[in-house]
This record gives sequence, structure tokens and C-alpha cells, in this order.
Amino acid sequence: MKEHTPKDETGLFTKKVSRRNMLKTAGVGGIGVVIGASGFGGLLTLSEQKAKGQTKDIVPFYGAHQAGITTEAQDNLYFASLEVTTDKRSDLIQLFKDWTEAAAQMTAGNLIGEASLNTNMPPKDTGEAKELSPSNLTITFGVGPTLFSKDGKDRFGLKSKRPAELKDLPKFPLDALEEEWSGGDICIQACADDLQVAFHAVRNLVRIGRGKTIIHWAQTGFQRTKQADSQKTTPRNLFGFKDGTVNPDTNDDNEMNEHVWVKGEDGPDWLVGGSYMVVRRIQMYIEVWDRTILKEQENTFGRHRDSGAPLGMKSEFDTVDLEAKDPNGNRIIPEDSHVSLSRGDGKAKILRRPYSYADGMDPKTGSFNAGLLFICFQRNPSKQFIPIQERLAKNDKLNEYIVHRGSAMFACLPGVKKGGYIGDSLFG
Amino acid sequence: MKKAKASLAVLLSTSLLFGCAQKQEGTEPADDKAKEVGASKLDGVSSEYREYAIGEIEEFVNATEEFTTAVSAGDIEKAKELYAPARMHYERAEPIAEVFGDLDPKIDAREGDVKDEEWGGYHRIEMGLWKENTTKGYEKYAEQLMSDVNLLRAKVETVEVTPDLLITGAVDLLNEVSTSKVTGEEDRYSHTDLYDFVANVEGAEKIYELLTPALKEKDEKLAEEIQKRFDDVYGLLEKHKEGNGYISYTDLKESEVKELSQAIDALAEPLSQIGIVTEES
Repeated sequence: MKEHTPKDETGLFTKKVSRRNMLKTAGVGGIGVVIGASGFGGLLTLSEQKAKGQTKDIVPFYGAHQAGITTEAQDNLYFASLEVTTDKRSDLIQLFKDWTEAAAQMTAGNLIGEASLNTNMPPKDTGEAKELSPSNLTITFGVGPTLFSKDGKDRFGLKSKRPAELKDLPKFPLDALEEEWSGGDICIQACADDLQVAFHAVRNLVRIGRGKTIIHWAQTGFQRTKQADSQKTTPRNLFGFKDGTVNPDTNDDNEMNEHVWVKGEDGPDWLVGGSYMVVRRIQMYIEVWDRTILKEQENTFGRHRDSGAPLGMKSEFDTVDLEAKDPNGNRIIPEDSHVSLSRGDGKAKILRRPYSYADGMDPKTGSFNAGLLFICFQRNPSKQFIPIQERLAKNDKLNEYIVHRGSAMFACLPGVKKGGYIGDSLFG
Repeated sequence: MKKAKASLAVLLSTSLLFGCAQKQEGTEPADDKAKEVGASKLDGVSSEYREYAIGEIEEFVNATEEFTTAVSAGDIEKAKELYAPARMHYERAEPIAEVFGDLDPKIDAREGDVKDEEWGGYHRIEMGLWKENTTKGYEKYAEQLMSDVNLLRAKVETVEVTPDLLITGAVDLLNEVSTSKVTGEEDRYSHTDLYDFVANVEGAEKIYELLTPALKEKDEKLAEEIQKRFDDVYGLLEKHKEGNGYISYTDLKESEVKELSQAIDALAEPLSQIGIVTEES
């Protein structure tokens, strides 16, 4: 509905105001006076790139790998799963090119596009990240199995390029997946130390994609901030437990090469240097957990809540000994505990990069609508995430307190060199 | 959905500032003549649009006459039948009709938009027809509506159509769709929202058509894209046709509402670039 303000005159809607004409009329010498008098001096900065020479809080966009995978997890996440609505391959390629340019600008802390002189058009950049620091923004693009073929249809001439590993995950026991939180043709993971910066990034990319893509689902996520935890201890999940104690070392290239980055021997050449991303939206029954006694909570995770130490141990990073027994001969760390089952034989490792979410109240139950957007990266899901999740889904004690509502897999493209574009190895 | 009514003074100062910030790139081409041609071209568009809008308002007067006559005569079925098609004329010409900030609410306010004792017009009668299933007691609203619509017809002659009005008007029409039609909040008793929806899109398309020659000169691809998106929207609307009209809003599935909404977004985004026609070549 329109607002109704009295306005019987349209005269104010003037003919176009030409900048050049104005300059002629006012004379260049008059400008300074006008600026001072009008109080619009601040507008001068509109055309300046805000982050000139700024290097702080910037994660490089270009590189061998996409940022946002081994990057130390930022405070906030905005994740979007998109559906492609165009059926033209050339549209899709152009979109990836446009996205690359915009993403490179935004991660550098710049606005998208030049400030326009034409006030009859919307600004190129939506503007809410202006003056904000780059905030370590990373934008990570992935492609889902349905981009290659959907309902048997080869959508963009990519069908033969789909890696065997890139497919819907098997249905795990207890999965209660909902279409509205699952799948997608393309994903955009924007992480930043500021949610407004992360949202701005996705918003502008979706805007650029309008007419070619639509949002299928989206989720915000958070962690404790660096400000709140300057010691950078292991983050806690919404059940109050430390989560991510045993994660491969992202500073160790060997470990990353072994567990995370796709290699030539693994599958298609176009994905070498990329990684498979698994996303699971896991609802947590907060209220149920809150009335669970501490002993049970600790047995569920297999760790002490306060220290994060494995049960029976003192410190978080003490060795997990799954065989350790108490004087009665019972295992100290229960076999159905989360730690025990996730570990298995300890060979398969995944790089976890999860974020909590809290989306208000579930209107049906009146409970918190909260949980974990579990995100992990790996070279080979069928040898890494899938067997781990199979063990967990069958026996994890934690299943009493959680339910998997969403699921998606994406192939995160390799990094891009300056002059190239995200996806060029796939389309090239 | 209001056009930001920047005062002339603000427009002037911002143009100056931009001019200042960018002045190094400004080489002065001797294209003053071309510019004038461009401007007069848009003037021509403005007068064509004025004719179109006045034509729609005229038909709106006629249709409202039939509608209010039916209401006054107590012919509920006839009034119901005439309600949605009559409104389409108003919705098509909304950028113009809306200019009259005093008349627009009298004709088109929904419940809650204005104080209850001031609430009249189409939607008040709509409530009587569909919710209370009566015309009794609504004769006075019919009479007032007819007089307001006649006044609108008279006043519309005075509207000065400017390129700005067209440029903001086109997207505003689609914004109307996004914020009230696609949500089913406009015609909340009759659920004839799709008629208004279609009319808003048609009104936007008219502006686009008039600006197309100028737009093609600036950006042919943009013009093509907008046309394609209009086609997409009409394609979706086609699916919801029923006889000469459209199905009830309440018969739309959630997924169909979403589909329509996203198609409008996909259209409005490139359409919002239409202001490029005001740039000097």
C-alpha cells in the first residue's frame, strides 16, 4: 500500500538535472561554496574506494584455493543455496564472471562498481557495508550435483563433468530432511567477522544473479566472537560443549593436501585444488538438553563439559583413549558417545567449519529454533564424511537431542587467478 | 513505495558534488544538440504516457459508474462481477492516480490505512460485498466513490508527466505487486488480487514500451532482458487464468506465490536500471 501524503503538485519532479549544465550555470568556482553551504561535503567520499591501501582484515580472494575453507573461521556466516533458473550456459558463465569481479571487490573492502552520477538509477552497491572494515570477508562458491543434471536433463552441457563423488548423500538413519533446507545448484558461503558485511556480500551476489538464480534456502550462523574470546579457545556449541578439538591443522599444508584438497588422482581435473563441502542443518533440542543431568551430557559427548578433556582426563588436548576402563571394567568413554563414534579408527578426518544458528522460536512448538549449521570440507566424501556420519546416525547418543533437517553437498571450485573467474576450469 | 521527493535544491547540490568529484574525467563533448534531441524524445514519451493514463482513468470512471450503480441498486452479484475488472484501470494508471495524495486513499485505502470513520472507497464496499454479503448501508460509499472518481478524472488533466515520474513509476508499480498483491493483502475479502497484479504489470509494461526506443539506444541488451522478464511474468500469470479473469488468490499454492514473487523480482531488478535513459549520450 502506498503512503498517502498530500501532493497535488508534480512540479517538483523536475526535468533531468544535467551535471554538465549545472557546472556551466554555477561555474566551477562556485562549487566550494555550495559544498560548504549545503552540508553535503561528505558526499564527496561517495566516489572514493573506501579501502585504499588497506590491508588489515583482508583475506586475499585470488589464490590456488578458494578462501573460506582453510581460513580461520570468522565470527559470522551467511550461507545461501541457490537454484539456477536460466537455462543458458552463456548466462551462467557470465554470472560467474560477474560474481568473481564483485566478490573480489567486496572481499577487498570495496563497494561494487563505480558510484553513478545518475540519480535516476539505483546504486550498484546496496551500501550497507560502506565504511565497514573488510572484516576478513571470504566468499566461497560451490556447485551442487543438480547443476550438472536435474531430472535426468543435462542442463548446461556439464553432465559428463559431474564427479562421481558429487551426489546427494545417502539417507542416514533418523534423517528428517526437509526440502526447504536441502540441496541447491550453487552455494555461496560468506564468512566475516561482521554479520552485516557477510550479509551484504550474499545480498549483492544474489542481486547480481536476479533473473538467473533464486534463493533456495539461506541461513545465518554465528560463533563466539574473537572479541569475546581473545584467547581463541575451541568454540563451544549451543549445548555448551567444545566443538572442534580434533580438527586437522589448517596451517599444515600436508594435512590439508591429505584430507581437504582434491587432487588429480581423485577425479575430474577441473576440481583439482577444490574441495567437497557437506552442509547439514542440525536442529538441537535445546529445552531437552537443558534438563539433562551433567553426567548424561558428558557421557553423550564423551568429554567433560568444563575443560573439554576426554572423559577421565584433565585437559582438552589430552589423548583420547577409547579403550580406557574404569575399575569395574567399563569403558570410561562410552562407545556410543559422540567422540567415540566420530573418531572410528581415527583415519578419516574432515575439516569441520560449523556455525551455530538461532532463528527465533519454532511457532509449532514454542521451542527455540536453534542448532548447528554443520559444514565440513574434504577430498573424498565417500571415504570421509559418509562413513563417519553412518556411524553417528546409527548409534550416537547425541541423536536423542538433535535431528538433521537439511542436507546438501557442493563441490567447492578451485581458487581463481587474477584475470580468471570462479568456475573457469569447469566451463573452460 | 513512495517516490523519494528530493527537492530541487538537493538534486542540484548532489549533482554539483558528483560533478566535482569526477571532474577530471569530464571532457566536454560538443553534443549539446544530441542532448536536446534526447530530452525532447523523453518529452514525447511523457505526453504519450499522459494520454494513456488519462484513457485508463476515463475507463475507470465508466467502470466505476457501472459498479456503483450496481451497488446502489442492491445487485450484489453484478457488483461482485464488476469490482475487479473496474479496479484494473486504476491499477494500470497508478503512477498518475497516486499523485493525488488526497484522492488516492479515498478511492483505494484498505482497512486500517486510514481512520475507520474516514474509510470508504473500493475496499470498503469490497468488505460489504464479500464479507457481509450485502450492499445495504453501502449506498453512501458508492455515491462518495463515484464523486471522488469523477474528481480524479477532472484533476488528472493537471498532472505534469515528467520522465522522472515514469522512471520511478514503472518500478513502483512492480513494488506494489511485491508488497501487497503477491501477499494477498490488497483484496483481502474478494481475493481478486491477481487482477490488480496483472494491471500493475501492464501499467509498468506500458512505460517500458514507451521508453524502449530511448532505452535501446543506451543499452539494447537491457531492453531485451526486460522484455524477456515481462514475458516470463505473463507466462506465469497465464497459468492462473480462468475464463476472462483470474483465479482467486486463495487458490494459489504457496509455491506459486513464491514463483510469482521471484518472477517480479527478476523483472523489477533490470527495470530499475531504466533511468539510464536520462543519461546524456
